[in-house]
Amino acid sequence: MKICCLVKEVPDAAVQKRIDDSTKRLDRSGEKNLNPFDTHAIEAAMQLKEGGELAIDEVVAVTMGPQTAVRALHKAVALGADRSVHLTDAALEGSDVCATGYALAKVLESESPDLVLLGQQSDDGECYTIGAVVADHLKMPSLTQVIKMDVADGKLRLERQAEYGYDTVEVELPAVISVGDAINEPRYPSLKAIMGAKKKQLDTRGASDVSIEADRVGEQGSRTTVLEINPPPQKEGGEIIEDEDTNETVEKLVAWLEERKLL
Amino acid sequence: MAGILVYALHDDEGNFNKNSLGAISEAAKLAAELGAEAGVVVVGDVSDEAAAGLGAYGAKKVHRAKEVPEGLAQPVVDVMAKVIVDDGYSYALFGGGLLGFEVGAGLTARLNAGVTMEVTQVKVADGKLVAERPVLQDSAIVDVGYVDEPGIIIGRLNAFDLSEGDGGSAEVVDVDVELSDWSTKAKMVQRGEARGEDVNIEDADILVGGGRGLGKAEGFELAEALAGALGGAVAATRAVVDAGWYPYAAQIGQTGKTVAPKLYLAAGISGAIQHKVGMQNSENILAINKDPNAPIFEFADLGVVGDLHKILPKLTEAVQAKKGG
Repeated sequence: MKICCLVKEVPDAAVQKRIDDSTKRLDRSGEKNLNPFDTHAIEAAMQLKEGGELAIDEVVAVTMGPQTAVRALHKAVALGADRSVHLTDAALEGSDVCATGYALAKVLESESPDLVLLGQQSDDGECYTIGAVVADHLKMPSLTQVIKMDVADGKLRLERQAEYGYDTVEVELPAVISVGDAINEPRYPSLKAIMGAKKKQLDTRGASDVSIEADRVGEQGSRTTVLEINPPPQKEGGEIIEDEDTNETVEKLVAWLEERKLL
Repeated sequence: MAGILVYALHDDEGNFNKNSLGAISEAAKLAAELGAEAGVVVVGDVSDEAAAGLGAYGAKKVHRAKEVPEGLAQPVVDVMAKVIVDDGYSYALFGGGLLGFEVGAGLTARLNAGVTMEVTQVKVADGKLVAERPVLQDSAIVDVGYVDEPGIIIGRLNAFDLSEGDGGSAEVVDVDVELSDWSTKAKMVQRGEARGEDVNIEDADILVGGGRGLGKAEGFELAEALAGALGGAVAATRAVVDAGWYPYAAQIGQTGKTVAPKLYLAAGISGAIQHKVGMQNSENILAINKDPNAPIFEFADLGVVGDLHKILPKLTEAVQAKKGG
């Protein structure tokens, strides 16, 4: 069996994120980290492989993005993936959620995975949705925001929190599952794994290599358009105290609470 | 017809979700501006009366798929895709919530339709809907238009206010839908299990919210002590609830509760959007966090950058002294 992990590069938390006024796209130049949620997806894949209840032959990391996105693949391989696939093509730039989900589904289709795992969200926009978009294209069952995954009788037994409490759901394979950060504690890659990551097989694919229809991706193929970008309504910023002397800080807090009749 | 279709989620007792009802109200308002009507999809065991009752929020027509199970997204995608195509709806609108995200995303793929998530406002321009979506930790607001119909709009939690209209009754039509193969390959084993004790945070005037910054489950003792001194209750973020540090019933945000106390004291909470949507209407927000870049400081009325393990015990003592004195 084969597990594909969808991964992506996201901006470093310390980098100020901004939208490029000329293209109305997110400026991705500061991106250099593997999306933290994706590290949980890789860990989940590794635990399935090591658990042995499913005969997992390989774990393949898959990403879509510019040349620099190979860094995310190297990190994914250092964390345990056996090899990686990089979908990259100028024609894909500016794809919206609909187009991105379609393109990812096409590259995944070329790998015929038995299970697709991904992080439930990334902090650069496409939160929560990509897994479900990909699943419908691949005609696979899907569950997002999963926090517990077990194998029972060749099926996945999954838990997640939904509107009314915790749901337990049984899903047949092949399937697309997005995971939350409570699902596991990702391991640290060994130095040897980091050093060896660049030597592992990395296949680069263009849009036509995986039969992506050109008119369904990129800005032209997107189904939404950004009309305007505006600053949010001005909100008066609150006061910020640096805690240097805790007794003094507490005095200020008590005064603030009293002033608002909260004590 | 340029109608707007809403999915109304309900629990196992048949109670509709507040965010779904808000989405119906919003759809009715927008549809009126478009010169169209708002429709609703419900699945599972919904009585004639309950379905027709959605007319009170402005729904004209309720499409009911009785045989389709409630609680998982993909069967609902099958139903909504069919209704959108058969009845010619131009938009699908979802209130905030996990299932809405999944159903909306599935429809995007199925109908090759544009989607906008975390929408806080929808407006009408030139006979079309435009979705407003805050991005980059709410530092910019993007207006998103749709190239073609249908367009999918997924609201942020509590984005759409619930309003009861003229109290009319909606027409209820049963729809027969053949589910896709893959939609039947996920099965609900148990739905809506409450874990941990039941706590009431919605009626508290003062809430001390605890997040990952508390360090470990035992860290909640600090929050409980302070809440006790202030005469309030303790609330929690999803991250710490999923990690098992605190009961689900105390959770605020996207898949938890929405609160608006007189004081919300956020201890070790970064202030991610998913939490913010559940508590941003609190009258006074006080945040303590060691990370000066935490988003919570952008909407707190008073922020303290510091170690809550040092500050909370002393604050508890000081509040006790004040109240006792």
